Amino acid sequence: MKPPTFGYSRPESVAQAVSLLAARGPDAKVLAGGQSLMPLLNLRLAAPGHLVDINRLAELAYVSVSGGQVTIGALARHNDVLRDPLAVAAQPLLGQALALVAHPVIRNRGTTVGSIVHADPAGEMTAVLALLEGSVRLVSVAGERLASAEDFFLGPLESDVRAGELATEVLLPELPSGAGCAFTEVSRRHGDYAVCGVAALVELGPQGEVSGARAAYLSVGPVPVVLDLTEACGGVSLVSLATAGTPDFAQAGRLAMARLQPGDDIHATAAYRRHLAGVLTERALAGAFAHARERAWLSLP
Amino acid sequence: MFGEPVKRVEDDRLLRGQGAYLDDLGHDALAAAFVRSPHAHARITGIDVSAAVDVPGLIAIYTYEDLTGRVAEPLPMLIPHPALTAPRTGFPLAADEVNYAGEPVVMVVAEDRYLAEDAAQAIVVDYEQLPAVVGIDAARAARHLVHPDVPGNIAAELVQSHGDAHAAISAAPHTLELDLSIERSASTPLEGRGVLARWDTESGRLRIWTSTQTSTGVRAAVAAKLELDLAGVDVITPDVGGGFGVKIVHPWPEEVLVPWAARLLGRPVKYTEDRAEHFVASAHERGQRHLVRVGFDDEGRVLGLDVRFWHDNGAYIPYGLIVPIITSTQLLGPYKPGAYRVEFTSLYTNTVIVTPYRGAGRPQGAFVMERTMDAIAASLRLDRTVVRERNFITPEEMPYDHGLIFQDGRPLVYDSGDYPAALAMLKALIEWDSFPARQAEARAQGRRLGIGLACYVEGTGVGPYEGAHVVVETSGKVKVATGLTSQGQGHQTVFAQIVADELGVPLGDVAVTTGDTRAFGYAVGTFASRAAVMSGSAVALAARATREKALRIAAAALEAAPADLEIVDGAVRVKGDPASAIGLGTVAVLANPLRYAFDEAARAATQFAAGSSDPQAPPVPAGESPGLEGREFFSPVRSTFASGMHAAIVETDPDTAEIKILRYCVVHDCGTLINPRIVAGQIHGGVAQGIGGALYERLAYDEAGQLRNASFMDFLMPYVSEMPQEIEIDHLQTPSPLNPLGIKGAGEAGVIPGAALFASAISDAEGFAITAMPISPSDLFELRQRDQPAQDTDSR
Repeated sequence: MKPPTFGYSRPESVAQAVSLLAARGPDAKVLAGGQSLMPLLNLRLAAPGHLVDINRLAELAYVSVSGGQVTIGALARHNDVLRDPLAVAAQPLLGQALALVAHPVIRNRGTTVGSIVHADPAGEMTAVLALLEGSVRLVSVAGERLASAEDFFLGPLESDVRAGELATEVLLPELPSGAGCAFTEVSRRHGDYAVCGVAALVELGPQGEVSGARAAYLSVGPVPVVLDLTEACGGVSLVSLATAGTPDFAQAGRLAMARLQPGDDIHATAAYRRHLAGVLTERALAGAFAHARERAWLSLP
Repeated sequence: MFGEPVKRVEDDRLLRGQGAYLDDLGHDALAAAFVRSPHAHARITGIDVSAAVDVPGLIAIYTYEDLTGRVAEPLPMLIPHPALTAPRTGFPLAADEVNYAGEPVVMVVAEDRYLAEDAAQAIVVDYEQLPAVVGIDAARAARHLVHPDVPGNIAAELVQSHGDAHAAISAAPHTLELDLSIERSASTPLEGRGVLARWDTESGRLRIWTSTQTSTGVRAAVAAKLELDLAGVDVITPDVGGGFGVKIVHPWPEEVLVPWAARLLGRPVKYTEDRAEHFVASAHERGQRHLVRVGFDDEGRVLGLDVRFWHDNGAYIPYGLIVPIITSTQLLGPYKPGAYRVEFTSLYTNTVIVTPYRGAGRPQGAFVMERTMDAIAASLRLDRTVVRERNFITPEEMPYDHGLIFQDGRPLVYDSGDYPAALAMLKALIEWDSFPARQAEARAQGRRLGIGLACYVEGTGVGPYEGAHVVVETSGKVKVATGLTSQGQGHQTVFAQIVADELGVPLGDVAVTTGDTRAFGYAVGTFASRAAVMSGSAVALAARATREKALRIAAAALEAAPADLEIVDGAVRVKGDPASAIGLGTVAVLANPLRYAFDEAARAATQFAAGSSDPQAPPVPAGESPGLEGREFFSPVRSTFASGMHAAIVETDPDTAEIKILRYCVVHDCGTLINPRIVAGQIHGGVAQGIGGALYERLAYDEAGQLRNASFMDFLMPYVSEMPQEIEIDHLQTPSPLNPLGIKGAGEAGVIPGAALFASAISDAEGFAITAMPISPSDLFELRQRDQPAQDTDSR
């Protein structure tokens, strides 16, 4: 478990970094937190000719909230984001999801942008980007472009970062008022990649009815899967809640199960994973609904 | 000190990062890496090293063709047995066939490990693939053979019986049949294997450091392979980061090849196994399938028990039949089985070898017996504890002879134990009798709770012997050496406790060396929960001999009878007379008459010293030897039998099938306790591995013999977050009559009942019987579907 020989550069600026990436082309890999790349190197599953270490790019170590967006720089560690009160207040899904990302020592080192670029369909942050329809800023010597979440994930461990490009930041919208979110997952051990996970976003209409319900799924396909479940949440509203006691998202759970085709692996059969997707859809929507209700309550005069 | 919860003397050093494990040594050594077979079963048709020879820093590449002398022979069949009719062991490097994915094929030596791996990666081995035999069912079917000359893939078949079980079962009023399986797991020490060898070309001596559970075993094995005198080989165990059984196997291919290469090259060579290798190149355990027939009366008393089981021994069988023999004998636990018959078949498969892993066949045995007890209780609608009570061996029946032969080749005779008392303690601890009410209450809230229990008896402290040497230096400090090794158990603490008490010295004055053949050359090793019993007893005897010698010498100096003397706080004195005290260091000076005075203490011991001994007597009295020391061996007739019972309350999620442990209770009897803190630590660690084995860990081979989860990402060792909040422990102490301290082993106990316990508790929560372990939420979901197929669609 020793990596093969590779070249190594440690640029001091984004400009320097992208020119190094341009020079090295597809043979170069960006090293940020190293929580996925280093094991891949040590297992010789990846053998890039050159590593561009961006850990000196202090200009990318930021989390900011402005103009209705949370912006996370490429060198912000998971814990920097998790401990940023403005960011998690503006988009509570960030806090809910990051608490489920591995363990504190990994969150101290791993970067949120890195985990999104790594495009692991079992990763929480990929689902967050997909559900929130955020975007990734990609910079190269030729200029920059903004990749939308919808187009960003190409396959397992494959994102739309092209040779010569550096993902400098991820942009996520704030959670609108009248909306709520929740993240729930089942993992074999605390901090493991989820066997199945669901991030949900519920929006309430003027009468307290569910006007929008969407969910993103982890570990059920090659890329994060987002489903619009609004049609299955027709009966749920703050009014119906008053009589029923608990919101009924069973129909949404059934819809999700019908739409998803998860695979099996050594930890779960496809049937169990599909069943979990149904259970967790209900739980996540109920959580997001409660969150939306709580926020609506708090925003009352 | 004895019996006190003394803090481990090892920990200050280890917690400060001052431990020195194998890979911390030999920074000047060359590094070895191995090309391993990617196939489970294949013929080697060619090895092309041409692309590797240009790798910078390459020193040597060895294939089977390069091996010389006895190194080219198969590895030793370590524990032969008459029933092992088709023993097969591997070569250090595969000769022409590979029999498991991970088998070493080429050894590379380079300036460092990076370069060695570069060269290894550049070597091309051509294989002609052969059909792989994976799993017990495929091995039994024998459509393909692992070894072409071993029909049926059968390495061994062994039957043991006591009484006529078939007749007893036929005559019994009730009978049940069960089919019970346990999957593969592994020891998984946090430090893998590793070996460093230095060949001294001038003296022709070989010095080996290895991460082993038996330094004397490695010394004998390597000396034999390299055709060296035993006296010319030193084997030293540095700090060892866990063993759990896997490191008792010796010599590993690498343990032969690294010293062999070091001698050949005249330079130190080191091999450090990495995690990816450990999963595929060391050893596994646990994979067994058992068919049980049991006959019992209306009260639930077992009248006859017939167990037929199949043991997957992997590609080779260097460690013999220890694991299935232990299952055969130890599955009886604390019970009288009536008539008993057990038959096992040990089968070759194209997978990693199988050797003892903590518990060593007992977890499977406990699973079989405890599932049987639960099945009897269910069929008679009796409380599970009642059925157990009715089958217990009683304290009055001790010593109890099962009429079988144990793993040490000796009769299976329990020395002592009080199982009814232990069960009463456990029931009180977990509040067994009030649980049904709690369960019903939870059920009304839509929660599923279950309670389970499992009992075991563990033969510990097997022979043949261990020895110890105790010497008091002229400083008064005491040095203790015993030959068996330490892998983190706290031997330095408990052996020091024993010596401190026996010799009357402060604990801090005692230093213990283990596993270094230079310090003590006669030893067996650390396995079978034997260190405390075997070396502990030997250490006590050696300390007693040292004490007697100290009293004899001091008696002459004080002109008193030895019987009138005592040793208090490191000084010998006339009983009750502190003024008469002579420090043990001074006694050590007196014990060794000198010609040369190199320091103040030595000056007092020279033959010209004032008050020197009787000029008419020899300076060293007849029958004595110089030095204040003792060297003794302990060799008991048979094993001691520790026992215990665990109970747990679990909650299973009705929707996600996740399994949560709400309570975990242990009643444990390892005889007299030397150090309750260390025993508790052993139980905690064992319980953690038991939980791992029951709920998380499995080695997932595919049909081609590829291990699909050879990493800590997919082989799920439990984290502390998967442990219960608390492990509640009560101790029962029934001393063993078989050794001077009344102790029994405690090393493996905690792990043994894990699978049985959780199967019992989950069955109780779910209302159907669990017959295969480990169990994951996905497995439980599938079982629920089978039990009530409509359930899922209804609830959705």
